[in-house]
Amino acid sequence: MARRRTWILLTIIVIFALALWVLLPIEGERFGRKGIQYGLDLQGGVRLVYQADLSQVAPGDVAEVMDGVIDVVANRINPLGVTEPNIEKRGRDQIVVELPKLSVTDAQKERIGRTALLEFRELKEVPVEGGEEGELEEQWVPATALLNGQERVLTSSYFRENTYVARDNMGGIELRFEWTEEGGKLSEQITERLIGKRMGIFEGDVPLLGDDGRPIAPTVQAVIKESGRITGLSFNEASELSKQLNAGRLPVPLESIGEINIDPTLGEDFVDLSVKAGVIAILLVMIFMIAYYRLSGFLASLALVFYVVLVLALFKLIPVTLTLAGIGGFVLSIGMAVDANVLIFERMKEEFRTGQTLGAAVEAGFNRAWTAIRDSNITTFIVCIILILVGNSIAFGGSVKGFGLTLLIGVVVSMLTAIVVTRTFLRLFVGTGLARRSSLFSPYSGRK
Amino acid sequence: MMFNIVGKRLWFFLISGVLIVISVVALGVFGLEPGIDFASGSITTLNFEQEVSQGELEQELASLGYTSEVETNPHGDFVIRTVRLTTAEKAEFKQDLTEKFGAVNEKGFENVDPVIASETARVAAIAVAVAAVGVLLYVTWAFHRMPRPFHYGTCAIIALVHDLLVVLGVFSILGAILGWEINLMFITGVLAVIGYSVNNTVVVFDRIRENLRTGISANFEVVVNNSLVETLSRSLNTSLTTLVVVVALILFVGTSIQNFSVTLLVGIIAGTYSSLCIAPLLLVVWEKGGWGGLMPGRSPARS
Repeated sequence: MARRRTWILLTIIVIFALALWVLLPIEGERFGRKGIQYGLDLQGGVRLVYQADLSQVAPGDVAEVMDGVIDVVANRINPLGVTEPNIEKRGRDQIVVELPKLSVTDAQKERIGRTALLEFRELKEVPVEGGEEGELEEQWVPATALLNGQERVLTSSYFRENTYVARDNMGGIELRFEWTEEGGKLSEQITERLIGKRMGIFEGDVPLLGDDGRPIAPTVQAVIKESGRITGLSFNEASELSKQLNAGRLPVPLESIGEINIDPTLGEDFVDLSVKAGVIAILLVMIFMIAYYRLSGFLASLALVFYVVLVLALFKLIPVTLTLAGIGGFVLSIGMAVDANVLIFERMKEEFRTGQTLGAAVEAGFNRAWTAIRDSNITTFIVCIILILVGNSIAFGGSVKGFGLTLLIGVVVSMLTAIVVTRTFLRLFVGTGLARRSSLFSPYSGRK
Repeated sequence: MMFNIVGKRLWFFLISGVLIVISVVALGVFGLEPGIDFASGSITTLNFEQEVSQGELEQELASLGYTSEVETNPHGDFVIRTVRLTTAEKAEFKQDLTEKFGAVNEKGFENVDPVIASETARVAAIAVAVAAVGVLLYVTWAFHRMPRPFHYGTCAIIALVHDLLVVLGVFSILGAILGWEINLMFITGVLAVIGYSVNNTVVVFDRIRENLRTGISANFEVVVNNSLVETLSRSLNTSLTTLVVVVALILFVGTSIQNFSVTLLVGIIAGTYSSLCIAPLLLVVWEKGGWGGLMPGRSPARS
């Protein structure tokens, strides 16, 4: 028994040391996690929600077209130089774009949400801007041709069907496409003059890039009238390109339906303020616990330190993105974390009252408080899970989800610390001289 | 010394009744002030390089024809709520203000379309309902070995509705006086209150369950009263530690999360009260057969 206790105590110390090592320094990298992550509301940044108008897309193609639109949007964001952009589909037809730590001008925002259209371009010698007379440089300019007497640019809107990836007879990857009648006429004129030359694929002024980070620019090998293929791409490049071309085949207008744009300076002191609130809260809770429950309260305070370090380490490891409400949830969980201890100490008080020894009171206190701890925490679990689900299903739910997650982790860890850590600490005193002085462990002084 | 809480149930119900009436009247008269999360619209946070007073800004906005609400944040920025602005409309809005007040920096912008707003409102309402039903089912299940487990679930829910009404009432009054809005932070707080309120109630019910099992008395009233007294210091201590934390959040973190922390403050106080003075006492009333049991009976035997 005593040996087992020592082992548990050692395990607790090792876990604490490990958690401390993971946590500190806060911004340091551990197990590939780069410090505690803060949400947009704390570090500033932009969150944009777009609604895609899919009225011109066949229902069966929706998923693929949306993937393509997302690729196109991602392509527009790359030049903004965001370190960790996040672009994802929400529901069936919405796109959420998150750009942390970035302030975006209205013009840039407009560009991100523009309807996708890919242009084919050719290299032409044009006068150098601001250069000397007659000085020329090669530049990608839209590949145009005449259609019914008018000059038109060859774009992705001239594809007859969706493009697709296939293998040729030799097993090589190729991207197959087919032009509409007008597209065919344009393509015929353009490819005729470009044989042996390269054709680039652009979205606005941004070239589509291959796996190697260089523009995809296949060389024209024959005159293409109705249908053709692009070879020399990796499977990954071909399928990416196919999706993007398809997204640009039919117009899928994006409407901005929600946006949050937070200046990085707004959130920065919130973290400091929360840390201050958290530290003061912990100290007050500790003072109360020690004043009321004495030595037991002191042990619970040690367990609280263990709790805080372990939870923060978990936030870093999982990782949990901390938001305004998420930090609120964590600070709140500090107050609630001592609840299991309070339940147990109150039970111990009753046991002491019936004249039990410390050992018996500790065991009975923990055992009898267990059903209350379990049942009451399960109701909090239910609510936490609902909070997480709500956060996931609404456009600006990051904060709600953050709160649910931090509270859930808090409740689970607080049950563990109360049941394992506080109990182990209390057991250390069983059989010692101090154990006979029950007033040390409980507000019950034994004088009644 | 033994408190007789159960015997004074009429008083507790009266206090709650008054609170609920005040809350319902406040809700009926003032309603709730929905923020842009639920009502759609735009919030633009602007910082003027020149000194501009809130009054001047409000006057200018009104003369430009914007229906707006202006607040300031601790950074000295103006937080302006308007109808939903498109990119072009926002550019015009900023241009108009620049002409009047000189250079302006946009510190933040939030824009919520009616599609998202109505979706958010719907999800929030469903979430509160699902949380309440989930808790009812869980409490009923947790007490399924007891006679009439449904009573426990229902009483927990009545106490919960009581707490939510008080929270809503307080926010309705805060909305009328200080212009506080109902936003996602508030809903987060409300869901946390649901968890907290029932958590407390379950601890009291758990003791009733145990005391019924050990058979400390054949009189249900006595069992409930003893259970209440035995869990009283736990309930108060836990509420105290949680309140300490919430007050720290209100004092030190301030306006960014005030809706959340004030919801919790009110909810925790109401939740502690209802889990002690409403849920278990309703259980007694119900057990004794209808409202006849509302009148204080003989005082429970002293233990």
